[in-house]
Amino acid sequence: MTTLDAFPAPIPMSRIIATELRKMFDTRSGFWLVASLGILALLATAAVIAFSSNDGMTYSAFVTATGYPMTILLPIIAILSVTSEWSQRSGLTTFTLVPHRERVITAKAFVCVGVATATISLAFVVGALGNLVGTAMLGIAPVWDLTVTNMLTLILANVLALLVGFMLGVVIRSSAGALVGYFVYSFVLPTLFVVLATSQDWFRDLQPWVDFKYAGGTLIDGTVTIQQWEYLGVTSVIWVVIPLAIGLRFVMRAEVK
Amino acid sequence: MITIESVSRTYGDFTAVDDVSFTAHPGRVTGFLGPNGAGKSTTMRILVGLTRATSGTATVLGRSYVDLPNPGLEVGVLLDASAQHAGRTGREILTVAQRFMGLPRSRVEEMLDLVSLSADEAARRVRDYSLGMRQRLGIATALIGEPAVLILDEPANGLDPAGIRWMRRLLRDYADRGGTVLLSSHLLHEIEVIADDLVMIGNGRIVAQGAKSDLLRSEGSMLRALDRGLVARALLDAGITSTPVGQDGLLAHADTAHVGEVVFAAGAPLLELRAADGAGLEELFLELTADTQRDDTSDHHSEGALA
Repeated sequence: MTTLDAFPAPIPMSRIIATELRKMFDTRSGFWLVASLGILALLATAAVIAFSSNDGMTYSAFVTATGYPMTILLPIIAILSVTSEWSQRSGLTTFTLVPHRERVITAKAFVCVGVATATISLAFVVGALGNLVGTAMLGIAPVWDLTVTNMLTLILANVLALLVGFMLGVVIRSSAGALVGYFVYSFVLPTLFVVLATSQDWFRDLQPWVDFKYAGGTLIDGTVTIQQWEYLGVTSVIWVVIPLAIGLRFVMRAEVK
Repeated sequence: MITIESVSRTYGDFTAVDDVSFTAHPGRVTGFLGPNGAGKSTTMRILVGLTRATSGTATVLGRSYVDLPNPGLEVGVLLDASAQHAGRTGREILTVAQRFMGLPRSRVEEMLDLVSLSADEAARRVRDYSLGMRQRLGIATALIGEPAVLILDEPANGLDPAGIRWMRRLLRDYADRGGTVLLSSHLLHEIEVIADDLVMIGNGRIVAQGAKSDLLRSEGSMLRALDRGLVARALLDAGITSTPVGQDGLLAHADTAHVGEVVFAAGAPLLELRAADGAGLEELFLELTADTQRDDTSDHHSEGALA
């Protein structure tokens, strides 16, 4: 037993990160979400090989096909890693074992970004293998049409998409609510912006500065101009940084029940 | 050692915890007793930093809980056994706690043994656990870091009689080895059996606290009479107040010798006369619960006190 004058060493951040990583995979839903990333990557690769024309079979086609399901699933993984502490009420234990909530949330953010980077890298590897196998089967030369810059912006696009999920988890703190929020964020809002931009002149020039999906799209398409980086910076602040900051304030102060 | 000083918590107009102060000492089991909704859980959540106190301070081992460097090694906490991710296995929940605390892996199996969860049960997901199994798992999580202080909210809920007896012995041993135990309950009997010290709370305020032996030692006498109205009047004439209990019982606020003399002099026949052990505490507790209870159970419970 510990005594008054012999307090143990503080919990190192690395240990919180490692434990949070474990918690992401150790439930049935968490396991299958992550497993489905790999399974979908293989299915998408097989689909490109099966259905693509000779001209269409390029490295970027493989990466886009394997990466797309990841872009949708990664934010959901991020959402659940945060909201389960409230929806499943495991936060009662987590926040008594690590009473500094900002350390737990930071660890979760690290883990989410790490998992996102790892899965997109997996998409690059699976895409490359698919490209080699697919072109070999057709007897044509493989086309490597992605630059390192392309790959880095793709990683950034996925990390940003995931941070949107993370932010929604922190702000809403309920699995169901945050998932609905995620679909509104990524499907309803962008459509609204497109409708607004085509029907309202005043909005057309404004759209790149407020439409996160529009600004983020350039990361996936390839070349990003200085202007587009500005769009991306401004929309990220509006849609990710500010809500995340507000959500974090609530998380720090809110009662855990 | 747990020290709570003038802790209050308000939600809008509602005061959940009102100026609560008490201390739980090492080597003793402190029972935190009160009806449902009295403020026990809120006080305990404030103690471990899950809820902020509106005012006042709470410390564990001389520090604010959130300032403990590795709380799991110093304080074992079980606030709600059902608050776990339903998709994790019992063993995994213990493993997560073991990882956070940086303990050797073998502690997980030791704890499963201690709380008698079999390997088969430990491999099941918590969704399929009974409340009793969840309580055992929660107690294992609280004890895994060999803490010096235990904070348990209604740990006996859902345990079968054998489980309750097991837990009593576990907590007794733990306190006898120098540990501090704070446990809450809404059942007087449960607390009476295990606690050394009692803190009784009602409507957010502490209504009684002290060593159990002091609180249970009552000055009063319990009697039953053919005509208790007659007896009550005779006692009042002699300056002794009394309270009717049950159908023909009376709790007189004087020792048995004095009450016996007065009643004998009044010539009122008695059915029974004895020292009222603990009835005072039970009365106080019933008074507390009366405000919040939906059914009028005063008669029923008072008979329990007589028996």
